[in-house]
Amino acid sequence: MSAYLLRRALYALPILLGVNLITFALFFVVNSPDDMARMQLGNKHITQAAVEQWKAERGYNRPLLWNAQADGLARATDTIFYRNTLRLFLFDFGQSDSGRDIGFDIAQRMGPSLAVSVPVLILELALAIGLALVVAVLRGTYLDLWAVVLCVAMMSVSMLFYIIGGQFLFGKLLRLVPISGYDQGLAGFKFVALPVLVSVVAALGYGTRWYRTLFLEEINRDYVRTARAKGLGERAVMLRHVLRNALIPILTGVVVLLPSLFIGNLIIESFFGIPGLGSYTIEAIQSQDFAIVRAMVFLGSLLYIVGLLLTDVSYTLADPRVRLE
Amino acid sequence: MASARGDLPAIKRPRVHAPMRAPSTAALLILCLAALAGCMEEPWNSPYPRADSAKAIFYGAFAERPKHLDPVSSYSETEAQFTGQIYEPVLQYHFLERPYKLVPLTAEHLPEARYFDRDGVELAATAAAEQVAETVYRITLKPGIQFQPHPAFARDAEGGYRYHQLSATQVARHATLAEFTHTGTRELTAEDYVYQIKRLMHPHLHSPVAGLMGKYIKGLAAFGERLREAEGGNHGFVDLRKYALEGARVIDRYTFEIVITDKYPQFRYWLAMSFFAPVPWEADAFYARPGMRERNFSLDWYPVGTGPYMMVENNPNRRMVLARNPNFRGEPYPSSGMPGDEQAGLLRMAGKPMPFIDVAHYSLEKEEIPQWTKFLQGYYDVAAVLPDSFDQAIQFAGNGEAELTQDMREKGVQLVTAVEEATYYLGFNMRDSVVGGDSERARLLRRAISIAVDFEEFVAIFANGRGVAAHGPIPPEIFGYRAGQDGINPYVYEWRGGRAVRRDIAEARALMREAGYPEGRDPATGQPLLLYYEAVAAGPSGKAQLNWYRKQFDKLGIQLVVRVTDYNRFQEKLREGTGQIFTWGWNADYPDPENFLFLLYGPNGKVRHGGENAANYASEAFDRLFVTMRAMPDGPERQALIDQMMEMARRDAPWVWGFHPMAYALNHAWYGNSKPNLMARNSLKYKTVEPALRARLRRAWNRPVLWPVVAGLGLLALAAVPAWRGHRARQRARAR
Repeated sequence: MSAYLLRRALYALPILLGVNLITFALFFVVNSPDDMARMQLGNKHITQAAVEQWKAERGYNRPLLWNAQADGLARATDTIFYRNTLRLFLFDFGQSDSGRDIGFDIAQRMGPSLAVSVPVLILELALAIGLALVVAVLRGTYLDLWAVVLCVAMMSVSMLFYIIGGQFLFGKLLRLVPISGYDQGLAGFKFVALPVLVSVVAALGYGTRWYRTLFLEEINRDYVRTARAKGLGERAVMLRHVLRNALIPILTGVVVLLPSLFIGNLIIESFFGIPGLGSYTIEAIQSQDFAIVRAMVFLGSLLYIVGLLLTDVSYTLADPRVRLE
Repeated sequence: MASARGDLPAIKRPRVHAPMRAPSTAALLILCLAALAGCMEEPWNSPYPRADSAKAIFYGAFAERPKHLDPVSSYSETEAQFTGQIYEPVLQYHFLERPYKLVPLTAEHLPEARYFDRDGVELAATAAAEQVAETVYRITLKPGIQFQPHPAFARDAEGGYRYHQLSATQVARHATLAEFTHTGTRELTAEDYVYQIKRLMHPHLHSPVAGLMGKYIKGLAAFGERLREAEGGNHGFVDLRKYALEGARVIDRYTFEIVITDKYPQFRYWLAMSFFAPVPWEADAFYARPGMRERNFSLDWYPVGTGPYMMVENNPNRRMVLARNPNFRGEPYPSSGMPGDEQAGLLRMAGKPMPFIDVAHYSLEKEEIPQWTKFLQGYYDVAAVLPDSFDQAIQFAGNGEAELTQDMREKGVQLVTAVEEATYYLGFNMRDSVVGGDSERARLLRRAISIAVDFEEFVAIFANGRGVAAHGPIPPEIFGYRAGQDGINPYVYEWRGGRAVRRDIAEARALMREAGYPEGRDPATGQPLLLYYEAVAAGPSGKAQLNWYRKQFDKLGIQLVVRVTDYNRFQEKLREGTGQIFTWGWNADYPDPENFLFLLYGPNGKVRHGGENAANYASEAFDRLFVTMRAMPDGPERQALIDQMMEMARRDAPWVWGFHPMAYALNHAWYGNSKPNLMARNSLKYKTVEPALRARLRRAWNRPVLWPVVAGLGLLALAAVPAWRGHRARQRARAR
C-alpha cells in the first residue's frame, strides 16, 4: 500500500502545479499587478511612482511567466509565477499583499471553520443515515412516498432561504440564540448552534434521499433475503447487513469531504459572522489579494487530493476484499 | 428466530404505557423550559457575556476588515473609526460647532502660518501666492501627554529597552501583544511628530499621500529618494532619526516646524489627519524585531497612540475592542456649540473629562440582515439605515421630511441625518470628440443632457430620498456653497415658487437642436446620436440604474450604449481617457472648497497628470481663479471668486452635477451626544451610554419564546407514530 500511496503523492505534484497555473492565469487575466497595487494603496492621491514602488516591494514588477530579458534558467525563475509558486510546495505561504502572515491567519481561522463543519458533518451523517434507514424500511408505503417528496422539496430550497429563515425564526422571533457572531470554547456553543442546525437541515433532504437510494439498492440483494430467511429482525438486517454493505459509496462521499472541512463554508460563515477560512478566501478575492487566493487554492486542491487518498484507504477498511496495489 | 420472538414483549410495553407517559414527558419538558426561561434574567440571544451588561461599553459593527492601522498608510473610513480614537494629530475638528472648525488637540494653540519670499524675507499674511516661497507652521505641544502603555516602551532594570533585542525564538513565544507582560510609556514630544512625517517616505510603508506631500513639504521628495538609496534593502528597523528633513524640524522638546514650499492654507487640515499623528520610534524598533511580522505584530495591527482609547483586541475576523487608555490626560468636553445644542442636551457634559465610555466593542458583521436585527434587539447601539431596512425605519412626512416609523419611535430610537461632505456626479470625458472639448456644440449637448438627467428622481428611486440635488461640486456646510436662489445652477434649474425647479425637457430638446442634433439625431448619419456610458458591474440593482440612465438620455432621442466592465477596467478607462460618460464621486478630505474645486483644476487632469480631475476639464480662466482662490482665507473676496468659478463650471458643464448624499443613522435611547460630525474621526470620546437602561430594554425586547419549540418537538414525535406503526405492520406481515 505504501508504494501506492507514494505513487499517488507523486501524481499530486503535477496536479498541484497545474491548478496553480490555472489560478495564476485566471487571476492575472482579471487583475493586473497595477490593479492590485491600486487596490491596496487606495484610490485617492495615488501616483504611478507609488504603484511601481509597491510592485517592486512585492516582486510584482517581474514578468508573469517568462522573462525574456533574463538569461538561462532565470528566464523561467525570475518571474512572478515561479517566485510565488515554489514556496507553496514548502508550505511557506508568505505574506498577504496587505502585509499579513498567511500561515498565521490560516492557523487562526481553521478553528472556527472546524467548530461549525465538524458537528455539521457528524449530525448530518447520523440523521440522514438514520432517516434513510427508516424510510428504506418503510419502502413502498405512503410514508416512503411523502418522505421522498419532502426530501425533494428540501433539496429544492436555496441555502440562503434556510439561513435567513433560520435567523428569522430562532434569532429574531423566538430569540433563542444570537443571530450571528462567534466565541471560543464553551461560550461559542450558542453561536454555532444555529449555523449547525441550519446547515444540517439544509443538507438533510439531499442526504436522506441519497442514502435511501443506496440502502434500497442493497435491500433487494440475495444476502439480505438470506438474512431475513434465517429469521433476523428488520433492525438487525438493516444495521448489520444493509448499512455495512452500503458503506463504500457512503465513504466515497464522506471521506473525500473530510479535509475540506478545514476550508469551511463560505455562505454560512459570511451570514453567521463565523471567522473561518471560507470568508477568508472570499475577502481575498474581493480585495484582489493574490497571495491569499493562491495559498487558499493550493491548500484546497491539496486537501482534495488528500481526501481522495483517504477515500482509497478507507475502502480497504470497509471492504477487506479491496487491496491498494 | 429466537431474537425475533424475543422482541414481541418489548414492543407491547409502550402500547400499554404510552398514553400515560407521553403527556407527562411533554409537560415536564414544558415545565423545565419555562423554569429555565424564568430563571435566566439575561436574554438567551445575547452575543455578549452576561457580566458586561452593567458596563459602559459601546457596541458597534464593522463590515470590512481594516487593512491598515498604521497612521502612515491608513486612509479609509473603516480604518478611521479605529485609528481616530487611538492616534492624536495636533489638531481636530470642533465636535459641535458648524461650519467645521479646527481646534487644537495636542497643540497648545492653532498654528499660525508665516510666509517667506525667496530671499527669506517674511511676508504679510495677505501676501499673494506667487510671492510666497515658503510657509512655516510652528506647532507647540501641550506638555505632559503620555503614550498608552505598550511593550515597546518597557525597560529592564538597567534602563535598557526590554523588548528591543528580542530574537525570533523569543518573539515566537507570544501569540498576542498582551502576552508581553511588561509595558511602559513616555511623554509625547515634538520628535514623535517629525518622526512620523519622515515615515511618510519610508521605503517599505507606501503612504498613499507620500506623492502629494512630497510636492508640498520642503525636501520631502528628496528625503524619500535618499532614504530609498540608503535603506531600500533594509527590512529591519530604519532609524529615521538619523536622517534630517529640511521641511520638518524639531525646535525644542515640545515645538516643531513644518515648512511648505507654497502658500497652501489647506495644509492645516492635513494636520488634523492621522497621517500627521505622532509615532514613537520605539514602536518601529520593537515591531522590526525578527519574527514579529510572522506573528503579525506590527503597527498595522497593534497601534501605539496617545488618544483616549487603545486597542486591546484586534481580531478583525471577529471583533475589535478598544479600551480606555489609562494614561489619557482627560480632555474636557466642549463648552460651546451651536444654537439648539444646549436644548438638545449636547452641552450636558460641558467641561467634564472625556472619554465617557470605557470600552468600544466592534463586531464583524458582513450581512445587512443580522446587523439590522441585532440593532433592533438592542445589541448594537447605533445602525446605519440600510436599503433593505429603510422602510422599516423611515417614512416621509407630508412635507417631505424623513421621520421614524411608529415602531422605531416606540423603541425610543433617534434618527440623525446630515448631508455628507461628498458629491456624486455624471462626468463627461472632456477629451472626447463628441461630448468633450470647448466647442459650443459640445457645450450645448452637455447642458441638454444636464437638464434631461433628473437626479432628483435618481435620489428618490435609488437612494430612498437620501441626498440633495447638486448645483455644483461644493456640498452644503462647506464655505463657498450658496443656498437658495443665489445658489442654483441657472443652466439646469429655474427659481419658481421659492424653490429650484428643473427646466422643462423642451428646453433641453431646443439645446439639442441648437447643437445640431435635432430630435437627438446625428445629422452625419441620420441615426440617433450614439453615446457610451462606462459602468461598473453591480448586480441586479445596478441593472435598474443602467436602465434609468438609458431612459434619461432617451428623453432627448439619444441612444445610450452601456459598457459594463469590472472596476479595474473602469479605472483604467478613466486613467487612459478612453471612456466617454461615467459616474464618479468624491469624499472630502477636509472641509474647504479647494478640496472640491480641485476636481476641475486642469493640472489635476486624470489622463495627463494622473490627478483627481476625472473629467479632464481644462479651462485656463478657471485654473487661474483656482490658484488665487486656493491661497485665500474665507471671506467675501474668496466667495466672489468661487461664484465666478461656479458660473464657468456650470456653463461648460463638464459634469452633470448629481447629488450630495445624506447620511442617516439610528441611535438607541441610551446612546448620547450623537450629533453627527462627518469630518471628525475621533468622536467616540464625546459619546455616552446608559448601561442600566440598555440592559432593561434588552431584557424586555429579547424574552425567549419557547412554546413553538415544544410544539415543534411534539409534532416530530407525532410524525414518528405512523412510522412506528408502519414498521410494526411490516414486521407482523406474513410472507405471501
